[in-house]
Amino acid sequence: MKISILGMGCATCNKLEDTVRQAVKETGVDAHIEHVTDIKKIMAYGVMTAPALVIDGKVVAAGKIPALADIKKMIGGK
Amino acid sequence: MNECCTTNNNENKKINFYIPLFLIPLVVVIYIFLERGVNYFVFEILKLDKGSHLTEAIRFFLYDTPKVLILLTVIVFVVGIIRSYFSPEKTRKALEGKPLFAGNVMAAALGVFTPFCTCSAIPLFIGFVESGIPLGVTFSFLVAAPMINEVALVLLFGLFGWKTAVLYASTGLIIAIISGWVIGKLKVERFVEEWVYEIKAGDFQMVEQKITFTDRIQAGHTAVVDIVSKVWIYIVAGIAIGAAVHGYVPENFMASIMGKSAWWSVPLAVLIGVPLYSNAAGIIPILQALLEKGAALGTALAFMMAVIGLSLPEMIILRKIIKLPLIIIFISVVATGIMIVGFLFNIIY
Repeated sequence: MKISILGMGCATCNKLEDTVRQAVKETGVDAHIEHVTDIKKIMAYGVMTAPALVIDGKVVAAGKIPALADIKKMIGGK
Repeated sequence: MNECCTTNNNENKKINFYIPLFLIPLVVVIYIFLERGVNYFVFEILKLDKGSHLTEAIRFFLYDTPKVLILLTVIVFVVGIIRSYFSPEKTRKALEGKPLFAGNVMAAALGVFTPFCTCSAIPLFIGFVESGIPLGVTFSFLVAAPMINEVALVLLFGLFGWKTAVLYASTGLIIAIISGWVIGKLKVERFVEEWVYEIKAGDFQMVEQKITFTDRIQAGHTAVVDIVSKVWIYIVAGIAIGAAVHGYVPENFMASIMGKSAWWSVPLAVLIGVPLYSNAAGIIPILQALLEKGAALGTALAFMMAVIGLSLPEMIILRKIIKLPLIIIFISVVATGIMIVGFLFNIIY
């Protein structure tokens, strides 16, 4: 599974990355996490708010940090 | 630590819906009886002297702190719920194909309600440009979003009365509309970095989740936790300053440099305010102290608008997508608008 965090290095963006890393750790899902900071790449997803969370090429959240439990659900943990 | 907080958040989700329902009557009762309660406490229980400076300062602090915090919580909660109905994506759809002036009005109004933070300024700007929204309309949005702020509105209402709050919100809107319109007329498209126009934004393909009303209540609750936990300290400090200077600093201390008669105080206040950056809650204590000591309302308001409406960090972020001349045009147009508002207020009051 490929998880991307779209954000230009703001505090909320980093917090989202931490939350995602924790969700991955707790669920034990095999995932590759990347933090996309290049604005051109970010825009290619069509999001207008940072940070955004992308799982396997699909934008699942934008402009907010989903709750840890919601992220776990999104990545398929129990 | 982190884990405990986040899990807590999630488990509370279902209960949260009922908490506000129970709290509403309680809050209303407290709000109605607050002044009488504080008076009783100060004069009957503490038996303080009526009319002394110290008593007045204590009474002022005990009354204003809960009053403003209650107002703040309620408004932030309501605004949080209202904001959950808006998103930048929806705002962009609404603005597409709108003619210049009507577009400016709509953009300014939407700027107030669309959830927005400075870190989203670039994707939002590009997203707007991409879908053909005129630059002038985009700027109306970018001016209104930070300038008209619910925390500032509540504090102005709570501390200086509803007239000041209404004047702030309406003049803020007018500045956003007119500055955007002026920028649109100036034909500044060439001052946007070329690569912005080349970006091909993908279709927004977010899986639309169903949002229930419980989720919106949750959004309001999150906003309260988020904002109130950040700003309460500034508010308490502001009221404390207000209470302290209430009787101790001479009444017209600031009048000579920031009073009505000093016309140059308005441009000076804006000049000082633009590079300064603070959230709305942080600036109110200063405003409180200035007004209390004889600064003119227009001057104080202009200072506040310059601080929260135009900020250096935002300009640095915007510089990545627009060239320096446009940044300068943007700052000068908005600053001029703020100065006009300042002068106007000083003349009216």
